[in-house]
Amino acid sequence: MPLLEIKNLTVSFDTSAGLFKAVDGIDVSVEAREVLAIVGESGSGKSVAMLAVMGLLPPTATVTADKMEFEGRDLLNMAPAEKRKIIGKDIAMIFQEPVASLNPCFTVGFQIEEVLSRHMGLRGRAARDRAIELLQLVGIKDGAERLGAFPHQMSGGQCQRVMIAMALACSPKLLIADEPTTALDVTIQKQILDLLVKLQADTGMGLIMITHDMGVVAETADRVIVQYKGHKMEEADVLTLFENPSSKYTRALLSALPDNAVGDRLPTVSDFNFADEVGAGR
Amino acid sequence: MSTPVLEVRNLKRDYVTSGGLFRPAKVLHAVKGVNFTLEKGKTLAVVGESGCGKSTLARMITLIDQPTSGEILIDGLPASAAHVTKQMRQKVQIVFQNPYGSLNPRQKIGEVLAEPLLLNTDMSNDERRHRAMQMLIKVGLGPEHFNRYPHMFSGGQRQRIAIARALMLNPSFLVLDEPVSALDLSVQAQILNLLKDLQDEFGLTYVFISHDLSVVRYIADEVMVMYFGDVVEHGTRDAVFADPQHDYTKTLFAATPRADVNSIRARIAAKKAAA
Repeated sequence: MPLLEIKNLTVSFDTSAGLFKAVDGIDVSVEAREVLAIVGESGSGKSVAMLAVMGLLPPTATVTADKMEFEGRDLLNMAPAEKRKIIGKDIAMIFQEPVASLNPCFTVGFQIEEVLSRHMGLRGRAARDRAIELLQLVGIKDGAERLGAFPHQMSGGQCQRVMIAMALACSPKLLIADEPTTALDVTIQKQILDLLVKLQADTGMGLIMITHDMGVVAETADRVIVQYKGHKMEEADVLTLFENPSSKYTRALLSALPDNAVGDRLPTVSDFNFADEVGAGR
Repeated sequence: MSTPVLEVRNLKRDYVTSGGLFRPAKVLHAVKGVNFTLEKGKTLAVVGESGCGKSTLARMITLIDQPTSGEILIDGLPASAAHVTKQMRQKVQIVFQNPYGSLNPRQKIGEVLAEPLLLNTDMSNDERRHRAMQMLIKVGLGPEHFNRYPHMFSGGQRQRIAIARALMLNPSFLVLDEPVSALDLSVQAQILNLLKDLQDEFGLTYVFISHDLSVVRYIADEVMVMYFGDVVEHGTRDAVFADPQHDYTKTLFAATPRADVNSIRARIAAKKAAA
């Protein structure tokens, strides 16, 4: 049984210009111990699909799906109170901008301990010790002192480590990382990716990596879903995707990598015609 | 020998953080003595992690910030940020990293493009309009975009507008401060192509600031690596990429994700062996 299974997920937003479908009929399934990457440009609906799973979309969004199950439990028709016990505990998420996702008014320690007290019932000393342990796990050595720091006193990479520590606080079975390294430098990006992959291998959790960076995909993923304008263009294991992509869109994306530049100009995605594929994917 | 477009001699910049009542003031050396010259039509890439002083360097050579010490010569003439003449302002322009923050939301695109001309030249209104329209087409937008506001554009289009604005005064060189790092891969390719086309057409000189080595390898002629305010490596692109000398440069290369099939194979094999 897959850890998370979604069939025919559609998310639409009620805008002033009418209904806008951000995600249109997407199937996703993740096994335990698997790294799934979801790749696409901005506006391809890759984040929205995962936010729908987490139930974090605004009320203007309509989420429909034939099936949305986590460990065989139906997430769609679950009571909100029941769902909150799973979200943040068994399914955790890391957001794109670490500095913006932490609350600037509270110390890092308070924010980590809040998760621990809500989901694990840890209070006082026990919560504090666990928080220090978590910070050490994500590579912050002086954890005890760092607990008293506010987000603005830390660098972007450090804040992202704190976000990862919060997400890992309850040993989730599934971790969703939404562009975890986009705002970071290459050297820090490498450290964070290595950390995520190591933690994933150690704990055996499922990991969904949302990204637009093909380099990140190549370095982390087992399986890849390529999304474009709310449609799934291709799903393949990582080697097949890079070696022998079946979709024209994937080929366009890969050839836009500066690494693959042939001659003086980079081919851009608009040089390729794949409009027919979007229709066929429905 | 022709005069280099840009010459920088022993450029330094210190930031002083004011201390509290009982705390002494601290001095941070952001740029610690940088020297280089740049010939016409070339692209110099400045690489380094955040906080290494590359943006400070960019602000100094764009004559926004005053250096603590050192000299900047543009087309052989000494330039100072304390007093920027109209002639000097026409020689150097900058494109900022974040296209969402660098355009005034209340200004129409036509006005954005015409403003540099209004401030620095005595062209007539009609001529300014005409030039702005031409530039809009040159960077791949259309005349219908002239009266629109920035929020009506995507990130890639905004970056095109920012580039167009920088080119309105026919500058000698253009400082590009991470112009593509906020953009998607496919849009990034379009902007890089546009920059190359414009360079060929106008014989532009670029100072290209980036932390993405794959982009640098694609666009640069010369590469300068900065680390904590020092230049640790400076050479032609091929020399730096083929044989990096400094330890930091090597770390940087090792950290860049590899997207070729062989490294994916190696990674998967390593993972199987570990499992």
